[in-house]
Amino acid sequence: MQPTNSILKINNIEVKYHEVILVIKGVSIEVPEGGIVALLGANGAGKSTILKAISGLLKHEDGQVTDGSIEFMGQRIDRMPPEKIAKMGIVQVIEGRRVFEHLTVEQNLKVGAHMRKFGRSIKEGLEMVYHYFPRLYQKRNETAGLISGGEQQMTVVGRALMTSPKLILLDEPSMGLAPLLIHEIFNIITRLNAEEKISMLLVEQNAKLALNVAPYAFVLETGRIVMNDTAEKLRENPDIKDFYLGMTDLGGRKSFRDVKHYKRRKRWLT
Amino acid sequence: MDLLLMTLTTGIMVGGIYALVALGWVLIYKCSGVLNLAMGEMTLIGAYVSLSFYSMGVPFLLSLLFSLIIGFILGILTERIFLDRLIGEPVLTVIMVTVGLSFFFKGTVEFIWGTDTRVFAPPVFSIEPVRLGPLIIGEVYLWSFVAAIILLVVFVCFFKYTRWGLAMQATADDEMAALSVGVSARFVYAAAWAIAFMAAGVGGTLLGNINGLNISVGYLGLLVLPVVVLGGLNSVPGAILGGLIIGVLQNFCGAYLDRYFPGGVKEVAPFAFMAVFLLFKPYGIWGWERIERV
Repeated sequence: MQPTNSILKINNIEVKYHEVILVIKGVSIEVPEGGIVALLGANGAGKSTILKAISGLLKHEDGQVTDGSIEFMGQRIDRMPPEKIAKMGIVQVIEGRRVFEHLTVEQNLKVGAHMRKFGRSIKEGLEMVYHYFPRLYQKRNETAGLISGGEQQMTVVGRALMTSPKLILLDEPSMGLAPLLIHEIFNIITRLNAEEKISMLLVEQNAKLALNVAPYAFVLETGRIVMNDTAEKLRENPDIKDFYLGMTDLGGRKSFRDVKHYKRRKRWLT
Repeated sequence: MDLLLMTLTTGIMVGGIYALVALGWVLIYKCSGVLNLAMGEMTLIGAYVSLSFYSMGVPFLLSLLFSLIIGFILGILTERIFLDRLIGEPVLTVIMVTVGLSFFFKGTVEFIWGTDTRVFAPPVFSIEPVRLGPLIIGEVYLWSFVAAIILLVVFVCFFKYTRWGLAMQATADDEMAALSVGVSARFVYAAAWAIAFMAAGVGGTLLGNINGLNISVGYLGLLVLPVVVLGGLNSVPGAILGGLIIGVLQNFCGAYLDRYFPGGVKEVAPFAFMAVFLLFKPYGIWGWERIERV
């Protein structure tokens, strides 16, 4: 990871909610231009908070980047309002398939094109989304609140595509979906990265999946980066294997493993 | 028979004005979830502004236009000064602020224009009623109705076909998600307040033409509540239909029930009706039900 070609650079940021609750304690992340980077971590580690800090949505939840800086293509963005950040080409796909429930699928996509002013580019955008998600074309006139979860996730990703982004922040696209659908969506994500040259920062609980897609990953625990390496190396790491991939080479003797688990975790946190 | 027809038409026409004001109210509710309790005072301000211009000798349509422009500016100012800093705060806080705003506006109106009833002089609309077949309608009522219908069409087209309309609906649905794709929530709110203020101004002006203008025209702001509750809080067509229903209901109560229950049936009826109606349809006629997938 050379610093010269990174599209996003987070330098040692600190995030506070309501001016007192410190949730991110000095995190640095880099996303190379045209790359996919995964951000792994357990519940409550602060993954979504980091994404919101980047996209500026944090301010809407009374959170604030109190230290450090976030740079996007060489420009500091950590004090900008969310709509400005979106205009620069960062779009966040919020966790939990947040479609506009009462609008149709196509209207959802059109809202994504809010920043495009001309009818023709909206049409081109729609064509591109339907090209990647042919299923959405069939459902385009249906109310988004009533389509299936997988289709909602597609709608949300499609809506993000409509903003013609340079960097997509994906927050748990696999949440609550069937394995087959997850597979399909991740396929499309890799295709988007390869064909449209969109960089991605991917937050996932499903570490196995994320490490398959992303060549590089950061591991976050209670507001700190505890590890960052290439996907191959992380996959071989015994701690990652144990905590995130659900594999263990210690095998049968469970009681010992529990003791060890606790100790190893403790070492990480200090 | 004659009385029935007359009451019905008058009801529909007055309902048009209610619908107009309700439209503005729904707009604010739709995109920010705020129950605006200052709507009545907003109508007052709009009405007084156009009355002032009119009594200075400005032609009626032009003074209405001025009132629209001033309403637009005031709407944006209100949002910028009072409500912008409340984004992200609990909705109840914001509602309480609108209560405060209503007192503030009322006080301002009394301070500037006093409490006496004032009329549009010379009368804008002729007292001679218009005959449409068997119907006899006062000219004021007719024009109010026409204005309401025109504005309704404009509103619906705005929501359906413009990118800002779509953005407003999206913000109403999921503010966070709308922000994430670059919709400026601040702009959406400011626009909503501006449009609401303008709609209120037109409604107030028309109403002022019917009965003259004093503080009690602001009562309309309270009446808007049964209208929108009936229509479903966030439905534009619902606001129109609700307005018409309440208008008709009021006039019928005035014509037929006043004999038996003298004094205020007309004023109470909409609220009583609302309470009963909510028992059967808690989301109103076309309100958004929470979508739940099974």
